[in-house]
Amino acid sequence: MKLRYPKNGRFGEFGGRYIPETIVPAVEELEQAYLKYKDNAEFKKELHYYLTQYAGRPTPLYLAKNLTKFAGGAKIYLKREDLLHGGAHKINNTLGQALLAKRMKKKRIIAETGAGQHGVATAMACAALGLDGEVYMGYKDTQRQKLNVFRMNLLGSKVHPVKEGTQTLKDAINEAIRDWITNVKSTYYLLGSAVGPHPYPVMVRDFQSVIGDEILVQMKKLEKKSPDSVVACVGGGSNAIGTFYPLIDEDTKMFGVEAGGEGIKSGHHSATLVGGSKGVLHGMMTYLLQDKEGQISETHSVSAGLDYPGVGPEHSYLKDAKRVKYDAVNDKEAVEAFLLLSKQEGIIPALESAHAIAYAVKMARNMPKSESIVVTLSGRGDKDVEEVGRYLSKNVKNRK
Amino acid sequence: MSRIENKFKDLRSKNQKALIAYIMAGFPSEKDTLSAVRGLVRGGADIIELGMPFSDPLADGPVIQNAGFQALQKGMNLEKFLGLVKKIRKETDIPLVLMTYTNILFRHGYAKFISIVKNAGIDGLILPDMSINESKDFLQAAKKNKMDTIFLISPNTSQDRIKKIAGSSSGFLYLVSVFGTTGGQQQFQNYTTDAIKNAKKTLGGKIPLGVGFGVSNPEQAKFIIKSGADAIIVGSAFLRLMESTSPEKIESKIGSFAASLKKVTITE
Repeated sequence: MKLRYPKNGRFGEFGGRYIPETIVPAVEELEQAYLKYKDNAEFKKELHYYLTQYAGRPTPLYLAKNLTKFAGGAKIYLKREDLLHGGAHKINNTLGQALLAKRMKKKRIIAETGAGQHGVATAMACAALGLDGEVYMGYKDTQRQKLNVFRMNLLGSKVHPVKEGTQTLKDAINEAIRDWITNVKSTYYLLGSAVGPHPYPVMVRDFQSVIGDEILVQMKKLEKKSPDSVVACVGGGSNAIGTFYPLIDEDTKMFGVEAGGEGIKSGHHSATLVGGSKGVLHGMMTYLLQDKEGQISETHSVSAGLDYPGVGPEHSYLKDAKRVKYDAVNDKEAVEAFLLLSKQEGIIPALESAHAIAYAVKMARNMPKSESIVVTLSGRGDKDVEEVGRYLSKNVKNRK
Repeated sequence: MSRIENKFKDLRSKNQKALIAYIMAGFPSEKDTLSAVRGLVRGGADIIELGMPFSDPLADGPVIQNAGFQALQKGMNLEKFLGLVKKIRKETDIPLVLMTYTNILFRHGYAKFISIVKNAGIDGLILPDMSINESKDFLQAAKKNKMDTIFLISPNTSQDRIKKIAGSSSGFLYLVSVFGTTGGQQQFQNYTTDAIKNAKKTLGGKIPLGVGFGVSNPEQAKFIIKSGADAIIVGSAFLRLMESTSPEKIESKIGSFAASLKKVTITE
C-alpha cells in the first residue's frame, strides 16, 4: 500500500499534474532536482543539521497523563510538533525545500499560507539560508492571523494579501501559481502542504515523514510496540501524511480529522474527504468540495489552516483504499478541545491540532487502558488566542 | 473538415490571418454576450472563444478573473451556457471555441460534457490546466465527438514537447505569448518573437498557430503577425471595453474594435 514514488505522481487515480504549460518545465526541473538530491548523503546531512540544530528535532512524544485521566481510557501521547522552531510542523518541509531551492540556484522563493504557519516557516528558512521570501495570504486570513503577518515581516519576507475569490488559502495558492507562471525562471514555489502537481505531494510527504519515523522509534521504546492508533488533523494534509506514511505497513489504526465547521449538514465546513467529490484543482485530481457544476465551494472553519476545499491526493487514495478513516470535528468541539488541553496539560494547541485532540479524547474513552493513541500536535496555539476569544464572545452572545 | 479547419483554409486562400476574440459567457450579462457576438461577427472576427467561468481560474489575470466572477454571481452554468450557444448558432456559423478549466468538464464527465456542448454548436475546447500528459480520457471523448482540442504551448516549451502537444491538437495550437497570466499589457520582448518563429518552424505548417495573452491593440497584433503567427487571440481587451460601455452600445463598440484588429490580419 505504500507508494514510495508513484509513477506519474498517481496515487491510484488521484494526483497527477494538471497545470498550465508555462510551469511544466519548472515542475519537471523540480522533479529532476528532487530525485537527484533526496537520497544524496550530503543533502541529507545538511537537512539533518538544520532539523536538529535549527528547528529542534527530534520532538518529544509526551504522555498526556491528565488528558488521559480525563478521557478515562486509552493512553494519549502527544507528538510535540508544536515545540519546533516557529511553533509548527511546517518547518520540516520548508527547510527541505529551501535547501533544494538553493541547489537549484533559485534565490526568489514564493509561498502561500493559510493560518500563516507555513508562511512563517518559509520566512524562517529563507532568512536562515539567505533566500528572498514572498508569501501570498488570503486577505481574510491576514485579518484573523495578524500576529503571523507581523512575524513574517519581522523575518524579512514580504506578505501579499490576496483579495480575490474567497480570500483564503485556495486563493493564496491561485495567486502564488500566477506569480510562478509570470516569474517561472527565477522563482521557486515552496508549496506548504502535500497538495499540488506531482512531485509536490510526494516531496512534502517525504519531508514531513520525519514525524511518523520518530513516532515509531519513540513508541517502540515507550510501549515496546507501534501505536495502536494515530490521529492527525487534515487540511491539505501535510502533518497527517507525515504521521501516517511511515506507519502504513504497521498494525496501527489511522484517523484523519477534518474541519467540520458548523456541521457537515450546514454546508459550512472544510471536510473534503467526508463531504466531497472527485475533481481537479491546483494541479491535482483529488477529493474537492464543489457544487454540481464543478465550481469550488466556499469553505468554512474556525481554523484558517484547515480552511481549504481540496486535500492531498495521497489522502484521497488512503481513504478509498480504506487504510485511513477520515472524520470531522466541528468548530465548537475544536474550541472546547483547545480550552481542555490548555487547562489539563498547560499546552495551548493550534486550533488545527485541536481538531485532532477533540477526536482523540472521544476515541480514547471507548478504548481499553492498555492501548495507546498518538496525536500529532501539529502546532502551538498562540496565534489562535484572539480568534478563540472572538469565537467565545460571539457564541456567548448568541446564547443570550 | 471541422469549422475551425475550414476557416483557416479559407483565410489562407484569401491571404489573411485569423482574428480570434475571447469573451466571457454571461459577462456583464447574457444579453450583452449576444450583443458582443454580433459586434464581433460584424467587425470581422474569424473565430470566437466563449469563456465558461470557473471559480479558480489560475491562468487568468485580473480582467478575466473579474469577468468570470461576475458571470458566476449572475448564475452562469452549463445549462445557461448551452442556451446562449444555441442562440448564437441561430444567427451565425462562426467557429465557436469553449475555454474553461478541466474541473468543469471532469465534474460533468468528459464524454457527457463534450457531446452536449458539441450538439449545441461548440467546435473546439481550450483548457489551460489540461496537460497532454493527463489528457488520455479527455482526448478520447473529444475524438469520439469530433471536437477540436486546442492545447497551449509557452515560450519555454521544448521543441520535442511542442511536437507532442501539436500531435494531440486539432483546429489550431495556442501559443501563450508571454510569461504571465491573461491580460498583461506589457511591451512584447524579443523572446516572444523567438517563440513564435521557433513554434512555426517546429510545426512545419502542420497546424495553424494562434498567439494570445497580452495582445490588446492593433499595434501589438501587427507585431505578433509580423513574427509569423497564423492568428491573433484577443480577450481581456474586449472584456475591458465591454465593461466600460453601456449595453446598447456594446455591439457597435465591439464591432469597431474588432474591425481595427481584423484590418491588421489582412496582409495584402
